[in-house]
Amino acid sequence: MSNTTTETEQPPAPDDLAAERLSSAPVESDGPTGIGAFGWARWMWRQLTSMRVALILLFLLSLAAIPGSLIPQYQNGQGQLKVEAWKAQHGTVAPIYEKLQLFDVYSSVWFSAIYILLFVSLAGCIVPRTWQFVGVLRAQPPAAPRNLTRMPVHAAWRTEADADTVNAAAHRLLRKRGFRADLSGGAVAAEKGYLREVGNLLFHLSLFALLGGFAWASLASGTGGKLMVEGEGYSNTITQLDDFNGTRFYGSDDLDPFYLKLDTFTAKFQASGSQIGAARQFTANVEYATGSDASKLKKSTIEVNHPLEIGGSKVYLIGHGFAPVVTVRNAKGEVVYSGATPFLPQDANQTSTGVVKVSDYGEKDGQRTQLGFSGFFLPTAPVSFEGTGPISLFPDDAAPELVLNAYAGDLGTDSGLPQNIYQLNMRKMTQLTQDGQPAKIRLRPGQAWDLPDGYGTVTFEGYKRWASFDVSHRPGNAIALSGAVLAILGLIGSLFVQRRRIWVRAVALPGGGTQVELAGLGRSESAKIAEELAELAVDLQDDAPASEEDDAPASEGEGEHKHEHEDDTPAPDGEEAAAGSADTEAEASDPADPAVPADQNSKE
Amino acid sequence: MHLASGVDPHLADLSNKLIYSAMVVYTIAMFAQIFEWTFGSKGAVAVRSKEQSGNLAETVAAAGTKGGKKVTVTVAGANGGTTTLTRTALAGEGATVVTSGRGEEEVDGPGAAGTSEKADLAGRIAVSLTVLGSLLHAGGVITRGLSVSRWPWGNMYEFSCAFALAMAAAYIVLLAARKNVRWLGLPVTIAVLLTLGIATSMLYTDSDQLVPALHSPWLAIHVSTAIFCGGAFYAAFIATLLYLGKDSFDKRIAAGLTTGPLGTPASVWRRLPAASTLDKLSYRINALVFPLWTFTIIAGAIWAEAAWGKYWEWDPKETWSFITWVAYACYLHARATAGWKGRKAAYLALAAFAFWLFNFYGVNIFVTGKHSYAGI
Repeated sequence: MSNTTTETEQPPAPDDLAAERLSSAPVESDGPTGIGAFGWARWMWRQLTSMRVALILLFLLSLAAIPGSLIPQYQNGQGQLKVEAWKAQHGTVAPIYEKLQLFDVYSSVWFSAIYILLFVSLAGCIVPRTWQFVGVLRAQPPAAPRNLTRMPVHAAWRTEADADTVNAAAHRLLRKRGFRADLSGGAVAAEKGYLREVGNLLFHLSLFALLGGFAWASLASGTGGKLMVEGEGYSNTITQLDDFNGTRFYGSDDLDPFYLKLDTFTAKFQASGSQIGAARQFTANVEYATGSDASKLKKSTIEVNHPLEIGGSKVYLIGHGFAPVVTVRNAKGEVVYSGATPFLPQDANQTSTGVVKVSDYGEKDGQRTQLGFSGFFLPTAPVSFEGTGPISLFPDDAAPELVLNAYAGDLGTDSGLPQNIYQLNMRKMTQLTQDGQPAKIRLRPGQAWDLPDGYGTVTFEGYKRWASFDVSHRPGNAIALSGAVLAILGLIGSLFVQRRRIWVRAVALPGGGTQVELAGLGRSESAKIAEELAELAVDLQDDAPASEEDDAPASEGEGEHKHEHEDDTPAPDGEEAAAGSADTEAEASDPADPAVPADQNSKE
Repeated sequence: MHLASGVDPHLADLSNKLIYSAMVVYTIAMFAQIFEWTFGSKGAVAVRSKEQSGNLAETVAAAGTKGGKKVTVTVAGANGGTTTLTRTALAGEGATVVTSGRGEEEVDGPGAAGTSEKADLAGRIAVSLTVLGSLLHAGGVITRGLSVSRWPWGNMYEFSCAFALAMAAAYIVLLAARKNVRWLGLPVTIAVLLTLGIATSMLYTDSDQLVPALHSPWLAIHVSTAIFCGGAFYAAFIATLLYLGKDSFDKRIAAGLTTGPLGTPASVWRRLPAASTLDKLSYRINALVFPLWTFTIIAGAIWAEAAWGKYWEWDPKETWSFITWVAYACYLHARATAGWKGRKAAYLALAAFAFWLFNFYGVNIFVTGKHSYAGI
C-alpha cells in the first residue's frame, strides 16, 4: 500500500460512531493507564490480547517449530535411537541441547509457553469479540451518519418522488439484496455480510477445539507394539504385547480386549529398473475376534494405508521381515530346539540379523550347556561375500540363505532378568571354532550344519515372514477433525465474505423535490462496495427517477467529476477496474474528513 | 492393484520428450518476453488514457441520448482525491453499461510492451508460445501418469512438473479470463523454467510404481491441492516482490531519483501496475489459497492417521507445512493490522514463501522423515 506513511488513526466524530468499526476488533492501547499494579496488569493484559503481540507470538511459533524439524526428536518414529546416535556424534553440544529441550521441542517449556500465551491472547480477544458480535446481531444496523455524502463511497441525486416512498423503496430493495435493513428516522440503515465475522469467530474458536482434541489425545491415548510370525496370534493384553506406551487415562488395564492372528503376509517389490527393490505392496492377512472370545474369528487384511479397527483400537501394519525356521539337535540326535525366530531387517534389502537361543540343550560332557547362534538372514544372498560381507541384494526371497556363528556356554537366561531376544549375552558364551577359525556356515533351506566338537546339528528348515503392528488407541480424533473442518469453513467465511453497510436517506427539500443520498462503507479489503451501491442506485431510480434538470449529484461539484472522467485511465476490463479502484480508495482513510472512519483495525 | 512391473516404457519416454520440448518452447517464450520488455516503450500511459477516455465519453453520451438511468458513485481517495464509478442502465434494453474512472494516483502501467507495436507483437508471440509450451507440458504430465496408471505426482520430479504446469496454467487461465496479467508473463515463464530445470537435472526419477504408503486416494487429493497451493503461492510471491520493487521505485521517484531500486531502469517499473494493485493481487491470491493450504494440511493429517497411526507427529514435512501455514496466517493478520500493512506485511509474505520453498526442496533433500519416498 502506498499510503502507509499517511496513515493516522483519527477518532471519529461522535455523530458518526455508528459508521465506525465494521469490525469488532479490539482497540490498541498505547501505554499503561490507571495506577499501581492493577494498571500495569491491565496494561499487560491489553498488550497480550493486542494484535501486535499476537502477531509476534504467531511468528515466534513458526520460528520455534523449526529446530524440531532439523534435530532428531524423542517422540518421532525410532526417536530414541536417532537421538542417541545424534548425541554420540555431537558430544560437546549435546548436553546444552538437552538442557534447552531441543530433543523434545514440541513439548518443551518454551514451545508450550508460546502456544499457551498465543491461545490466552486469542481467548482474550475472541471471547469479548463474540459477545460484542452477539450484541451487534441483536441490535439494528447502526443508524445513518448525518452527512452521507462525506462517507468514502457515496452517490446522490434529486428526484420528484416523495421522500417516504423513496425510503420505503430503498428498504425493500436492500432487503431483497439480503441486507439486514432498518428504516427509521427518515433513513435506511442496512448491513450485510455478517458471515464474515461468524466465520472469523468460528475459525478462531475451532482452533480451541483442535487444541482440545490434541490435549485429549495426549492424555488418553496409548500405543502398543506387536510382532507376529505367520501363524501366530495374540490377545491384546499387557503381558502379550511387545511394548506399550500408556497415558494418564489409558493405561495397561484399559487395553481394548481383542484377539488378533497373522495368517500370512505378502510383499511385492520392484523387480527391475532404477528403483529396483522398492516396496510396492504389503498385505497382512489376519483373523481377529473382538473381546476375549477367540472362537468366532473374522478374516481381514491390514495394509499400509488400511488399518484394521477392532474395538476402540486401530491396528497398523508398520514393519515386516523374515523369521528363519531352525531345528537344533544335540549330540544324541534329540530335537532340543525347533521354531521360527524373527530376524530384524537392517537395510532396505532386508539383510536381517538375529539370534537363536537354545536354552534347553541339556548336558554336554556332563556339564549343563546352552547354545546360541547369531547370524544373518539374507533373502537374496550374493554368490560371494567378498568385499561386501553378508548382505542381501534384494528384499524378496530370490536366493535365501542363513549365515550362522555358533556359541556355547551360559546364555544367562536363567537369571530371571528380561533379555533382548535379538541379542546374545556374550558374557559367558564362547564361540565354537573349527580348524582354529571361528565356526561359520552359510545354509540354504533344507541344509544342515554339523556343529564342531560334536555339539550336534543345526537344520535350516525354511523361513516364514513376520509383520509388526502398532495397536493404537487414540480418542479425540473426532474432536480434532471437527475442529479442522469448522476452521476451514470459518476461514472461507472470514476471507471470502465482505461485510459492508449501506445507508439511504431521502429528505424533502424546502423548495420541493427530494434529495436522495446513498453511502456505503466496506471493510478494508472489500472490493465491490462502490459497484453494489451503483447497482442499488440504478434499481432505486425506478422509484426515484432523477429530476430532468438535475442530472448531477447535488453535493460536490459535478464539474470536477466530469473533469476526472476525461483524465481517467480505465483498465481494459471495466468490471475489474471498477472493483479495483473502489477497493483501493475505500480502503484508505481520509484524515481530513472526520466522517470517514479511521482505518479498520481488525483481527481477521 | 499396482503390480510391480506396471510401467509402459514408451509412454514414460514420450513423457520425458514432451517435458523437454515444453522447456524449449518456454525458453523461446521467455526470450520473446525479454524482447518485449526491452523494446517496449515507456511513454505509454498518456497515450492510452487519452484513447480510452474518448471511448468513455462516447459511452456516456450514448447512454444519455437514449434516456436511460445513470448513476455516478463517488469514491473518496487516499490523498484527498476522488474517483468515480458510473453505472448506466439503457432504457428499453435493460442492459447496464459500467464505466469506471480512476484517480491520478492509481495509474497502472500499460504492460511490458508499452506502446511499441513491435514489442506488443513479441508479447503476443510469447503468450502463444507459453500456451503451446503448457500444452506440451500437460502432455508430458499426463503421459507420465498414464505410463504407470496412477496420479503423476508420486515423487519430487513429478511433483515439480505438475507444480510448474499449475503455474503456467494459472497464468493462461487468468489471461483467458481477460484479467490484466500479461505483465506477469516473464516472471512466470522464468519460474516455470527454473522449476522444470531443477526437476529434470537434479530430481529426475524414472517412471515407476509407488511404495505402499502412497497407495491411497489421498494422493490425488492431498498432493494435488499442495501442487495448486504451491503454484498460487509462487504467483503471489512474484506479485509481492514486484510490489516491493514498485513501492521502492515510487518512493525513489518522489525523492527525486530517476532509477528504480538497485539501479533498475525506471521504464520497467513505469510499465508495471501500480504498487497498490500489485499488493492487492498478492493479497488476493494468498487469501484465496490460504483455506486451501489449510485443507491440504488437514487432508495430509487424515492420510497420516490412516497410514502411520497418528494424524500429527511433527514429521519434518508436517512441521514445515505448519510453519508455512503460521507464516501465511501472520501475513493475513498483518494485512489487517494498523502499522503492519504494506511493506512489513509483504516481508512476512516473502518469509512465508521461503518457508514453503524450503518445505518442498529443503525438507525433501536434506531432512529425512516419513515423507521420504522413492529416492527423492
